[in-house]
Amino acid sequence: MSAMPAQFEMSFADALLNADRPVPCGITAHNAAIPTRRFAVYRNNVAVGLRKALQSRFPVVEKIIGEEFFAAMALVYVREQPPRSPQLTTYGDELPAFIAAFEPARELPYLADVARLEAARTRSYHAADATPLGADHFAGFDTDAVAGIRIDMHPSTEIVRSPYPIVTIWAMNSGEQELAPIENWHGEDALISRPSPQVEIRALPPGGAAFLLALAAGLPLGRAAEAALAEEPNFNLTGNLAGLIGSGLVRDIVFPQPKK
Amino acid sequence: MFIVSNLPACAGVGFKPEHFRDILAAPQPLGFFEVHAENYMGAGGPPHAQLGALRERYTLSVHGVGLSIGSMEPLNREHLMRLKLLCERYQPESFSEHLAWSSHNDIYLNDLLPLPYTPQTLARVTEHIDEVQSALGRQMLLENPSTYIRFSESTIPEIDFLTEVSKRTGCGLLLDINNVFVSAKNHGAQPLAYLDSFPFDRVKEIHLGGHDEEVDEVGGPLLIDTHASPITEAVWSLYSHVIARAGALPTLIEWDNDVPDWPTLRHEATLAQNILSDASCASAA
Repeated sequence: MSAMPAQFEMSFADALLNADRPVPCGITAHNAAIPTRRFAVYRNNVAVGLRKALQSRFPVVEKIIGEEFFAAMALVYVREQPPRSPQLTTYGDELPAFIAAFEPARELPYLADVARLEAARTRSYHAADATPLGADHFAGFDTDAVAGIRIDMHPSTEIVRSPYPIVTIWAMNSGEQELAPIENWHGEDALISRPSPQVEIRALPPGGAAFLLALAAGLPLGRAAEAALAEEPNFNLTGNLAGLIGSGLVRDIVFPQPKK
Repeated sequence: MFIVSNLPACAGVGFKPEHFRDILAAPQPLGFFEVHAENYMGAGGPPHAQLGALRERYTLSVHGVGLSIGSMEPLNREHLMRLKLLCERYQPESFSEHLAWSSHNDIYLNDLLPLPYTPQTLARVTEHIDEVQSALGRQMLLENPSTYIRFSESTIPEIDFLTEVSKRTGCGLLLDINNVFVSAKNHGAQPLAYLDSFPFDRVKEIHLGGHDEEVDEVGGPLLIDTHASPITEAVWSLYSHVIARAGALPTLIEWDNDVPDWPTLRHEATLAQNILSDASCASAA
């Protein structure tokens, strides 16, 4: 009696993800009735392949906690949240939340936010291409019109806010900046974007994240500036606007509909 | 319109981003480049910039690793549509996938897993390939797997299975000679005997790659298909045998892990090209 067509698949998949399961029935080798060692090749391929996918997406998290810790954590994550898509470049979007709740990583409260930054970095890397608008597009607006315009943000723009200095931590562990004790331990909001072929990561000035998030949510410039001012009384609209344009974050400007 | 797989009968190389600068620095005497489809399914960014530049200059083969054609479950339509988009964007000369499964119950296991060869699985694989070919509007090539275990329920020899799928669907075959060697050694069989009964008239591409050697619990050889080292002498010799019998065929060098520098990889392609050129000269003489 042959097995149901899909049965081999179910028991095979189950035994791959759970190392304590025996080799499924019906699996043989020419020289062994129960080819444990041979089946382990598949188990290892799955575990190592998915760990590598996470390593390549979260290299700074791995650098901070070490290869061994990362591998152990990846093993648990893979078992709890295996990928749902063959498009592995998106695998690990949920790793930051997993880290935040991962008991053995509790001594590193900033780790989850560093992981959020790294996840955003890969999203930015693979985001759609677009040519940012140059500064000349902003010349000659009258002040009233400026408040009403909306900004269509470059698709690669990502913002990650944190009560920890995540941009400095990231830079020091990715080779962008020399590793040193962080004297001024304070929160940093990260701006991740890819106006050129390379992804750029930088810390935003106070109020900058509120400003950009408001714009990204579709609010007009005037309302976005109010949101930033509510958070940072010294918010500098001119400086942030120049930064917005200079960083290549503007794909398009949407003008308000003329009033009838 | 049905686009037929059409690679030149020359040596090609699996593209790795770390070689991009070297490749673009000078014209490369290569027949084609092959890329893994799943690495180019994002919307934009450097991967597409590189693939676009490569495509402008070279013949392109798109090789999928995540379609799970050998699964008894329905194909992932979303993934098939991503493949379709990729093929429309780059118009590759060939598209290939594996006789294997990699997804079950919506979980992607990220390995090319084996299936039993039975009339039921044959019917299912045939349906899947029909679906892929009609969605993409092109012929696909199906690759023979490297395997470590066997299923007691299998009733059809692998070559018969592949041949029958090709007959029923019109798909071409991708003959991976390293996989033939790895599987034969792992199952106590003769790679040459396997190759000598392979339907060469259905083969539209050959893959060559490196493997690792381990042993199983009873001291038997356990070869692992790692693509992390040079092609072995044994596989080169099987390749020469195949080319002498089948004539020149498009031949890809696969080196996916512990990727070497560009000259080392290109050297492997030169070795394959020499064997191909000898065959062309012999047939011309």
